[in-house]
Amino acid sequence: MRKQKSIFENIDWLIVGIYLVLVLIGWVNIYAAVYNEEHKSILDISQNYGRQMVWIATSLVLAIFILVIDGKFFEAFAYPIYGFVLLILVAVLLFGREVAGSKSWFEIGAFRLQPAEFAKFATNMALAKYLSTVNINMKDFRTKLVAGTFIIIPIAMILLQNDTGSALVFCSFIFVLYREGLSQNVLIIGFFAVLLFVLALMVSKIIIVSVLAGIAVLAIALLRKTRKNIITISVILALAAGVVFSVDYFFHNVLEPHQKQRINVLLGKDTDLKGAGYNVNQSLIAIGSGGLTGKGFLNGTQTKFDFVPEQSTDFIFCTVGEEWGFLGSLVILGLFTALLYRILFIAERQKSDFTRIYAYGVASILFIHLMVNIGMTIGLLPVIGIPLPFLSYGGSSLWSFTILLFILVKLDSYRTFILR
Amino acid sequence: MQNSGQRFVILGIFTVVIFIYLVRLFYIQVIDDNYKLSANNNVLRYITEYPARGLVYDRTGKLLVYNEAVYDLMVIPKQVKDFDTTSFCEIIGISKEEFEKKLKKARTYSRVKSSIFEKQLSAETYAVLQEKLFKFHGFYVQPRTLRKYPNKIAGHTLGYIGEVDDKLVAKNPYYQSGDYIGVSGLEQSYEVELRGQRGVRIVMVDVFNREKGSFSNGEYDSAAVSGQNLVTTLDLELQMLGERLLENKIGSVVAIEPSTGEILAIVTKPGYDPNLLVGRVRSKNYAQLLKDELKPLFNRAMMAYYPPGSTFKLVNALIAQQESIITPSTVFPHSFVVGSKSVKCHPHPGGLSLEGAVQYSCNPYFCNAFRAFVDNRKFVTSENGYKIWRDYVLSFGVGRKIGVDLPHELEGNVPKVDFYDRYYGKGRWKASTIFSLGIGQGELGITPLQMANIMCIIANKGYYYTPHIVKKIGDKTNSTRNLSEKHVTLVDASHFEVIQNGMQKVVEAGTARIARFGNVVICGKTGTAQNPHGKDHSLFVAFAPRENPKIAIAVMVENSGFGATWAAPVASLMMEKYLTDSISRPELYERMIKGNLLPTKKD
Repeated sequence: MRKQKSIFENIDWLIVGIYLVLVLIGWVNIYAAVYNEEHKSILDISQNYGRQMVWIATSLVLAIFILVIDGKFFEAFAYPIYGFVLLILVAVLLFGREVAGSKSWFEIGAFRLQPAEFAKFATNMALAKYLSTVNINMKDFRTKLVAGTFIIIPIAMILLQNDTGSALVFCSFIFVLYREGLSQNVLIIGFFAVLLFVLALMVSKIIIVSVLAGIAVLAIALLRKTRKNIITISVILALAAGVVFSVDYFFHNVLEPHQKQRINVLLGKDTDLKGAGYNVNQSLIAIGSGGLTGKGFLNGTQTKFDFVPEQSTDFIFCTVGEEWGFLGSLVILGLFTALLYRILFIAERQKSDFTRIYAYGVASILFIHLMVNIGMTIGLLPVIGIPLPFLSYGGSSLWSFTILLFILVKLDSYRTFILR
Repeated sequence: MQNSGQRFVILGIFTVVIFIYLVRLFYIQVIDDNYKLSANNNVLRYITEYPARGLVYDRTGKLLVYNEAVYDLMVIPKQVKDFDTTSFCEIIGISKEEFEKKLKKARTYSRVKSSIFEKQLSAETYAVLQEKLFKFHGFYVQPRTLRKYPNKIAGHTLGYIGEVDDKLVAKNPYYQSGDYIGVSGLEQSYEVELRGQRGVRIVMVDVFNREKGSFSNGEYDSAAVSGQNLVTTLDLELQMLGERLLENKIGSVVAIEPSTGEILAIVTKPGYDPNLLVGRVRSKNYAQLLKDELKPLFNRAMMAYYPPGSTFKLVNALIAQQESIITPSTVFPHSFVVGSKSVKCHPHPGGLSLEGAVQYSCNPYFCNAFRAFVDNRKFVTSENGYKIWRDYVLSFGVGRKIGVDLPHELEGNVPKVDFYDRYYGKGRWKASTIFSLGIGQGELGITPLQMANIMCIIANKGYYYTPHIVKKIGDKTNSTRNLSEKHVTLVDASHFEVIQNGMQKVVEAGTARIARFGNVVICGKTGTAQNPHGKDHSLFVAFAPRENPKIAIAVMVENSGFGATWAAPVASLMMEKYLTDSISRPELYERMIKGNLLPTKKD
């Protein structure tokens, strides 16, 4: 293996370019979202937009730092970093500060840090490291167990912090596992479990189970009536019925009241626009009132006048939708699509398994954030408080996404050297 | 591990989700318009700018009605924080319970929108409140205006304003809940001119309903346009004198300038101080006035029907002359007998011609003249004779609305043929049945305004201008009504001379000598209207000076006996005041003012 001539050799400038554009768009929209007549300068540190500039600047420093250090470092130190982050997650449970019901913040002076954000890339690295080990086979139960453990541990700790949204993000690793050989049945089962869950909340359970039973009988009638087929179908039916009938228990005993409300709002069962439905309704109004070309920069009344809550963090997409309209939404989703495609393309051109798996992790994490965040603002998913990558205000999230992405850029820049 | 199948599945999932999102975004942003409306509802507040109502002046430029600033205390419940409610309640003068009730009501309406907490705080209360308002979060004041009457006169004529009700808001698109509208008098008939044009300011508010500047730089805002001022035809001094003279009496005075139809004074008593029907005290006072046995809310000048009595002899004389039934030299026997009834007369010289009959108000003369008219053979039937007589009477502005620019004017009553047909049977009545019309009694009902208008006609020798109360709107002559049209009666000008002669004699040597003053030539006629309910009504009509008349007047004092005792002095004093700007007979003035003719109230 030879040394790089310069740290910028083989850098994927497309990814870096999209990253910079998204970050700048985010900054401008944060400015518009919390625009304050008395603090007109976008550089005013007392405002969110001024502070975001600091986060952007420090993120760039972080990015360059990542590009400077040896790419082997990340693979070599994947486990120690993972372990370190787990320790911090424990620490935040003990010494953290509770914000909006989640004990997931460290407060250092005026700054707040959310360790859960950093668990994402750390877990991704550890998972990549494990799955790229020689002689690993996803078909093995042991592999599944270990890989699952890598994911479950941070999920558990983040759930203990009462930060369901961040914990949910770790489900995105299912894509990574799938890419590395996990049976597609897992995806299908997962999909149908969610479908059944939603259906069970909306339609009578008896009807669902009856329909399922009907399908099962039909399937048995049509398929070859082997013992195996019948048993398989019966087991599937039993599991499905189990899911359907456990929904109520799950819904009432596992979910928090506000989570139940958010799901009810989404399903149209809770129409209290002043209460639980307020956020989503105002968010929809903001985006929906944008029209084709939007109301124009700083002219978004919904966001500027605070009708939309959390307008610079979780609901930043409202500002885009309101001030830049459908065209703005199209640009944002287009940029993300380009980024995701590019990452997947990069993943597949790697000779290094570690880099490929890591890349899939990056794409999956970004995708789940995108899907959950925008899905929430346009009323397709329940309200789950996770940021829109690169755009939402916040140091922890911007830093963590920068690290996540630039480790990939760094690893990718070695693609021509590493042979395995 | 090259596993290309899976990589496309993942790519596919990403793509499908993003595509679904784009479709959803396209739908809510481009296709569905509801969200735009909701966004506007969220952020736009339409703030009404109330114009000041027009002021009202008398004919000499003295102020009759002006506006007083008051303050509506508004509240936005969501912004209300804990504060010293005790001192707050003390300042605006309500109890703690009322406070809670009002706040609850406002909350029920809206937590973020403002509603009226307490209406029409006075400037004094506001001054105290303003000092502490900063402590009362969520409260602010909105300036409004109330009507104020410096002279406490002419309540019926000036009218009052009230808040519009839901029915009106539904009917008339101009008005919004909370607006004021004229409900009587001038305020009602000149509402459009007085109210001005409401303005609107569109502001944007944030989620806490805090103003965040104007919408579209005020492009859609409109400024309030103040109402126009009215210059009335009233003479403040004359009006005040009239009201003072009729104090403690039931009756009315109408004085008109014959050459224009301008109403100089219009008094109805008992009346009320117009300030009573303003603002917060209005409904309480209104209810009280409504209960009053003397009916102070009843505008006698335009709504009360009186038999005109002897004053109507003038009209009969004119009509009979026009049809050549009588001439100035006609003499009737000094008696009028119908069956067992005979009409008596006051003692006076016999063998009177028309002028003398007017001077001495000879009852038989006019009964005879009336019979000669109605039963005249040239009209074939008495019924037809009466019909023609009635048409003449109506041309004097009687039995129909004259069209004064005030609401609630009534027609009066001159019965139609059908009425007598129904009462006596068709063809079963003739002049001798209804002869009392000849001396202004019987079924006749005439309002004081109509009596004054008849005086204008006689003063003008045959025509009148529609009596009216508003001269100018803003700087321009009142053109909202047809006020310059000369309404000509069916009687030729030549027949008026002899009537005026008689009327002049009434004052100089007849029943109304008490009305004389200075060297002004006055034409007058007393009347005593029989009143089935009690003592006769005292009536006097007059105009002066005879040449180039400046004032025509009708005075009615209920239950006060002869016309000369109360009505004539009142008319005389008022004419003197108007024509000479002085009162030369203080004893008479004192006697009039002190006279109390009110019925003793039953408890």
